Amino acid sequence: MTLEARLAAARAGDARATARLLTIVENDEPEAAAILRATYPQAGRALVVGVTGPPGGGKSTLVSRLVTAYRTRQARVAVVAVDPSSPFTGGAILGDRIRMRDQFLDEGVFIRSMASRGASGGLARASGRVVGVLDALGHEVVLVETVGVGQEEVEVMRVAGTVCLVTVPGLGDDIQAIKAGVLEIADVLVVNKADKPGADEAARDLQMMLTLARPRAGAWRPPIVRTTATSGEGVAELVEAVAAHAAWSAESGDGLRRRREAARVEVETLLREALLRRLEGRVGRERLGDAVARVAERQIDPFAAVEELLGG
Amino acid sequence: MAVEHEPARAGLKRPIRVVVAKAGLDGHDRGAKVVARALRDAGMEVIYTGVHQTPEQVVATALQEDADAIGVSLLSGAHNHLFPRIAALMREKGLGDVLLFGGGIIPEADVPGLTAAGVARIFPPGSSLDEIVTYLRAAVPATRAR
Repeated sequence: MTLEARLAAARAGDARATARLLTIVENDEPEAAAILRATYPQAGRALVVGVTGPPGGGKSTLVSRLVTAYRTRQARVAVVAVDPSSPFTGGAILGDRIRMRDQFLDEGVFIRSMASRGASGGLARASGRVVGVLDALGHEVVLVETVGVGQEEVEVMRVAGTVCLVTVPGLGDDIQAIKAGVLEIADVLVVNKADKPGADEAARDLQMMLTLARPRAGAWRPPIVRTTATSGEGVAELVEAVAAHAAWSAESGDGLRRRREAARVEVETLLREALLRRLEGRVGRERLGDAVARVAERQIDPFAAVEELLGG
Repeated sequence: MAVEHEPARAGLKRPIRVVVAKAGLDGHDRGAKVVARALRDAGMEVIYTGVHQTPEQVVATALQEDADAIGVSLLSGAHNHLFPRIAALMREKGLGDVLLFGGGIIPEADVPGLTAAGVARIFPPGSSLDEIVTYLRAAVPATRAR
């Protein structure tokens, strides 16, 4: 099957063709560049919603509920769900689908699991590209579920237009809520498992964090939404909160600013990789390896190694 | 379990992707989880879908995930019904280049029939995890000629 035929089939809704395109992009196979070239201009139309938060917070269950909610009003919905790869073997168990089984037979829903493959930002390196392809292929909503995050995995803000941070009661005191990191990137704060004791305290701590943040005039103030993903309670409010943020984002120009920042990071990352490859070619793997070995032996420091390699 | 570790080699070769599923009414998932874990430890990406999957759900998952193989664990005795159904759906959806393998309580006498129906390999009780890993490592690259 030619790439053109595969793209045409995928645009017409062929799941097999879509799946294959995503594999090529995910693995950076030779045809990946051509796929990105063909799809990139058409992306940017979907509502891309990130769902992040600690492990076991109910992200997958909530995503499944969101799919159902969006399906009642949108034609096609895609989910990109990321789970961690083993740092030792590279293998992974991708289990987010377990909570999404209600969607398996809905032809308007495309779910793709991805392993993080060593990336540390909460997504896989290729997640943003996979989301872009699904967007370009005509999915009106793309939900991006990160790995269970701690405090610093903020990559999702470069992929999603609106980020929902899903937290649960009982994770810690109010100091946890004012630390820097993941909490700062939330456009919508979700207290899931709101039927559990401690939900009021969790919501109050988040509220306090927002009050202390002293937002600039005109800045977005993340709403706090309480949900019980297992029953679906609060999901309609969450959909509304996401829509409100998306509308504000478009109106205020914040969305554009965010897209520019994401584009800058993406281009710089690729540039860095390309330069490193070029440099490897010039100085040779052997000299690079030798310098690395001497740094490990503490014969030279890392700065000196870089200077030496760049010096010729 | 002495499964040989294959180190992560980012970008060099894509990992084998396997859907591990429990089909039908059988809810005993210990075996499926042990296999999933062994495949993970062998460097594969395992999409685990949980129990009570219909053949339609299993095949839809493999389709969207672009899986190289589908492993189904069956302890319920419904293997002679469920495996041929999954194999037929795979053919219907164009998943002819995806390996279907299985395990569980499956009498030896039933294996030829299942093979004829399109199951590439059945691992009967007593099979080792190494056997499954070794099989997939050899069979997936062979069928991957896409």
